[in-house]
Amino acid sequence: MGNVLVVAEHLHGKFPKTTLVGLQAGKQAATLVGGKCLAAVLGKGIDGLAAELAEYGVDVVAVEGAAYEHYLADAYTAAVAEIVGRKDVEMVVGAATAVGKDLLPRVAARLGAGMASDVTAIVDAHTFKRPMYAGNAIATVRIDGSPRIVSVRTTAFDAAVKGGQKGTVEKLAITPDAAHAQARFVEFAETKSDRPVLTEARIVCSGGRGLKNGENFTIYLEPLCDALGAAMGASRAAVDAGFVPNDLQVGQTGKVVAPALYIAVGISGAIQHLAGMKDSKVIVAINKDEEAPIFQIADYGLVADLFKAVPELTEEVKKLKGA
Amino acid sequence: MKILVTVKRVPDPETVIKITPDGTSIVTDNVKWVMNPFDEIAIEEALRVREKAAGTEVVLLSIGQKAAQEQLRTGLAMGADRAILVLADQPLEPLAVARVIEKLVGTEKPELILLGKQAIDDDSNCVGQMLAELLGWPQATFASKVELGADQKSARVTREVDGGLETLAIPLPAVVTADLRLNEPRYASLPGIMKARKKELKEIPLADLGADVTPRTKIVKLETPPKRTGGRKVASVQELVQVLHNEAKVI
Ligand SMILES: Cc1cc2nc3c(=O)[nH]c(=O)nc-3n(C[C@H](O)[C@H](O)[C@H](O)COP(=O)(O)OP(=O)(O)OC[C@H]3O[C@@H](n4cnc5c(N)ncnc54)[C@H](O)[C@@H]3O)c2cc1C
Ligand SMILES: Cc1cc2nc3c(=O)[nH]c(=O)nc-3n(C[C@H](O)[C@H](O)[C@H](O)COP(=O)(O)OP(=O)(O)OC[C@H]3O[C@@H](n4cnc5c(N)ncnc54)[C@H](O)[C@@H]3O)c2cc1C
Repeated sequence: MGNVLVVAEHLHGKFPKTTLVGLQAGKQAATLVGGKCLAAVLGKGIDGLAAELAEYGVDVVAVEGAAYEHYLADAYTAAVAEIVGRKDVEMVVGAATAVGKDLLPRVAARLGAGMASDVTAIVDAHTFKRPMYAGNAIATVRIDGSPRIVSVRTTAFDAAVKGGQKGTVEKLAITPDAAHAQARFVEFAETKSDRPVLTEARIVCSGGRGLKNGENFTIYLEPLCDALGAAMGASRAAVDAGFVPNDLQVGQTGKVVAPALYIAVGISGAIQHLAGMKDSKVIVAINKDEEAPIFQIADYGLVADLFKAVPELTEEVKKLKGA
Repeated sequence: MKILVTVKRVPDPETVIKITPDGTSIVTDNVKWVMNPFDEIAIEEALRVREKAAGTEVVLLSIGQKAAQEQLRTGLAMGADRAILVLADQPLEPLAVARVIEKLVGTEKPELILLGKQAIDDDSNCVGQMLAELLGWPQATFASKVELGADQKSARVTREVDGGLETLAIPLPAVVTADLRLNEPRYASLPGIMKARKKELKEIPLADLGADVTPRTKIVKLETPPKRTGGRKVASVQELVQVLHNEAKVI
């Protein structure tokens, strides 16, 4: 029986919720595999992070070094593969974030391992479910051999919580070979926002082409987000038109979200958009076209001109919160 | 320089996908097939490099059934120079696809390989990353901007990542996967379509390449996900707030 290794992504000295989701999936997998759940943290100055990770009841492998200061696929692949070999790892698990999607297939190729991406359920030690065709089909995939590599959809598992027996922390020194130290980090232009992160928010308000321009996102949608304490999202059409930054795109080829409340404003409801939000608990659609496909999946639909309805909604929410 | 661009034949994104009653595959009758939209973006990027750097050759590669000729011809009509079709009857898993591409990289020796970030049918988002590792090359996935160095020996790639845009500097040869905002692909012109008919499209049987395509994964079954049904219309903003507060209890 081998172990399960979770790759723990971090940003600004913290573990985002998506990492905790990956960790929870890893713990679940370890129960099915019958081995231990280990977690790897890579970076520079990561003692604090490693100690924090151990509080989740997993044994931590910390790889410290300048080569890992910024996430880079090639260096991280070499290190993760090395840990797999040294720690008797049978399954590698990570969240299907931008980093997870970039890293895990590369790790699979290095190890000659079978991979399933964007997994929504772990059936047993070898069997997984994953969506295909923009969520129109759910495939049950069996991976043979060991190790097996799995990225998990961040809306499909709960986040791990601290508790239980604290894990150990072991430091491993790994230096990537020359072939795995070719890419160089130049810069990260972060989208600055005081609003909750899209993939962590309890409420998401997304705008589509119906908003007509970027200014209207500021005038109409942002106040609604702020009144609700919501994250802002968008359709591909709105992002393509340059109304909002790229990383706000919700959908098959953008981010997948499943908040308690999703409000779609001026979004028609194309299958590619639905693929990214249809597991939300409650869906609200505001659209002036009563035939818009979004109404077929919305729990509550309001047929209205958004430019009139959204400011009204913002006011009503403020009233409610003030009361 | 030489740029290799991969092309996958996929169902049109507008197609309504149905699963066969035995749950082993999708119903392919009446499906319109197109080039994976991300691969169109990859071809466009290669053509733009060629417009700036004379002497650049753009070679297309697809792995699949003979019918994928159609999508390769589309790419040739957009302006690519020639195409290779590796004939494979059975679908290959991402690692096998990457191994087949690796074999052709051995003979074609491109300096840059452009792929789509994800095929919109299987949605794996794997092949480019796997290929980069097999070749021992650097990778820049989810690219929204590619700037080649003047010496054509390096590139700066801006990537769509969580929370913003990241820029990497990579030496060539390298693997780059295209994201949606990299460019807007051109349509094939009528003269382009005429010319494409005469361009080279070489077919190679999969077995001739000697790539290890042993499957490690198997799709055991396909199911239709539970369908979400709509609720009801509300008459006013006031009613909406009231139901969200009292009925759904989400605000
Ligand atoms: C390969 C590929 C990948 C894709 N990936 C994604 C993805 O990840 N995410 C995604 O979202 N899309 C994706 N798409 C695009 C998708 O197919 C749709 O084109 C897109 O979602 C449409 O965006 P929209 O609903 O904002 O625009 P539209 O379809 O143009 O809808 C605008 C809506 O606004 C309404 N409206 C207009 N004015 C008002 C008003 N004043 N008041 C109220 N309502 C108004 C209209 O009635 C209409 O329903 C993808 C497409 C392809 C081919
Ligand atoms: C875990 C798993 C198990 C599978 N098992 C089976 C199975 O048992 N039976 C079955 O019938 N199918 C199976 N498939 C589906 C099929 O094999 C996929 O088409 C293949 O895995 C490629 O994945 P993708 O298209 O999603 O690649 P992605 O990584 O999403 O594609 C990225 C890019 O790679 C390039 N690319 C991908 N495929 C090709 C190609 N054929 N030719 C040229 N370029 C290409 C394109 O540029 C594309 O934009 C499986 C898929 C997965 C993920």
